[in-house]
Amino acid sequence: MYKQTKYLPAGDKGLVVEFGSTISEEINSKVRSFALALESAGIPGILEFIPTYRSLLLIYDPLEWETDLLVDRLRDLENNLASALLPNPNVYYLPVMYGGEFGPDLPFVCQYTGLTEEEVVRIHTGTKYLIYMLGFTPGFPYLGGMDDQISVPRLDNPRVNIPAGSVGIAGSQTGIYPVDSPGGWRIIGRTPARLFDPDDKKPVFLNAGDYVCFFRVTFDEYRHIAGEAEKGRYRIRVSEYM
Amino acid sequence: MTFLRIVEPGFLTTIQDRGRFKYQKWGVPVAGAMDEYAFRAANILVGNDENEGCLEITLIGPAIEFLATGLVAIAGADLGARLNERDCDPWGSFRVTKGDILKFMGVRSGCRTYLAVAGGLGIPCVMGSKSTYLRGGIGGVEGRALRSGDELRAGRPVRSYELTAGTVPPECRHSWTNPQTVRVVLGPQDDAFTPEGIDTFLQNEYTLTIESDRMGCRLEGPPIQHKDKPDIVSDGIALGSIQVPGNGKPIVMMADRQTTGGYAKIATVITPDLWKLAQAKPKDRIRFAEVTLARAHELYGEYENTIKLLPGKLVYAARNRN
Repeated sequence: MYKQTKYLPAGDKGLVVEFGSTISEEINSKVRSFALALESAGIPGILEFIPTYRSLLLIYDPLEWETDLLVDRLRDLENNLASALLPNPNVYYLPVMYGGEFGPDLPFVCQYTGLTEEEVVRIHTGTKYLIYMLGFTPGFPYLGGMDDQISVPRLDNPRVNIPAGSVGIAGSQTGIYPVDSPGGWRIIGRTPARLFDPDDKKPVFLNAGDYVCFFRVTFDEYRHIAGEAEKGRYRIRVSEYM
Repeated sequence: MTFLRIVEPGFLTTIQDRGRFKYQKWGVPVAGAMDEYAFRAANILVGNDENEGCLEITLIGPAIEFLATGLVAIAGADLGARLNERDCDPWGSFRVTKGDILKFMGVRSGCRTYLAVAGGLGIPCVMGSKSTYLRGGIGGVEGRALRSGDELRAGRPVRSYELTAGTVPPECRHSWTNPQTVRVVLGPQDDAFTPEGIDTFLQNEYTLTIESDRMGCRLEGPPIQHKDKPDIVSDGIALGSIQVPGNGKPIVMMADRQTTGGYAKIATVITPDLWKLAQAKPKDRIRFAEVTLARAHELYGEYENTIKLLPGKLVYAARNRN
């Protein structure tokens, strides 16, 4: 974490509020406190903001704000963060069918790590992963906390299309593709749960600051859940993080 | 009531408004018109709200049959628009009636033009916007580019006294000439580049490549040197951000950009100059020039003022057809 927060211009409407230069839970929780404070302050002329691992990008209306005054206002907000308590995070439990045609790279992960499929799945389902941020495509969660035992390099040639719901590993990161997209992560399984629905009041299901935990389902269970999800009837299990 | 039918779709015709805001924190790209100025001018020409959905037409235009009386406008690139047998002003509105055919004969200058319909387009909003985000399959018509046979409804009926054709005066039009100078504010990661790297960026000409699309303008030219690595811990990407990956070739992030990314960003294009990238075609040439943030804000004020005054500056011809 920097001693003093950096305020960096991103053009005539963008301002980066940067708390540090690394990935850490401490810096990321400061990002989230700041985002929460921004939301409740409802400062006019701030149009939207994108919280990420270690900074926020604010989009503001330059006809309403001189940069210096805006930075002063944001420093005020920053100095009063102590009072902005983060809500207790949730854990989302996501069903995953591992291997087979849904997880074409699971054999590679076994070969690369020397683990059996059972062991890879046990390790992957054994952690609560912090959602550091959402980005890249609608609802894509950047998850932290994966066990290094199952860390594998990305594909040399990214796939042109990875189906929605695919669960992948890249380096020491794991994540879920909520919509069909190109990508270079090693795909080990697929979730039938829908994480992005543009017609829903809250189109993206996951929130930064919450946790994801995977559990294994059979192909029959996958099909059943997929059918329910299609009809909008599948409820993802949520509990409070302990 | 159905207002128009797409007879031929052209190279890439999509529905766009100013974009899908407030969802970037969940990773949803803004999309929206690439050339915001021309888009707003097209809506102003037909008396619409400035944010109303338009057709964004790219390089090779569509053929469109009108199925009812109305007023439409085009603004932006000159793609050789012709209504029946008559050439259209590339920055003007014109009346149409049932059976009229609008065609585009070929690019004369620029890359994208906007077609606005008086009364707007009857397109449902998805997450608050009519904009098509192609990769996500959201918005517009089924989240895709327009196809032959697509029929679009007018948003609301317009009265005949609203159907006055006008044109944008010459001093308020943009037209592409080679090369263009694009003004930028350095940052947010200009400190990731060597002083020589920044000189390379500001003192050379770059050429738009064929890989450019609504997501980004990819440029070819002298490689820009990083101090160390091109990678940063992923952070937010603003419209017009110029990221420089390991090969040193700059990419200007445009309407369909991803919300976050992991390459260092050397500078950001100022809003009043974004149209130059939106209107550049493959092989067009671009130079970058630095301005201070204070100067960028003055220029932004002038830009918004020009648009604010535009409705009063439109030139109205006789009220005959065309």
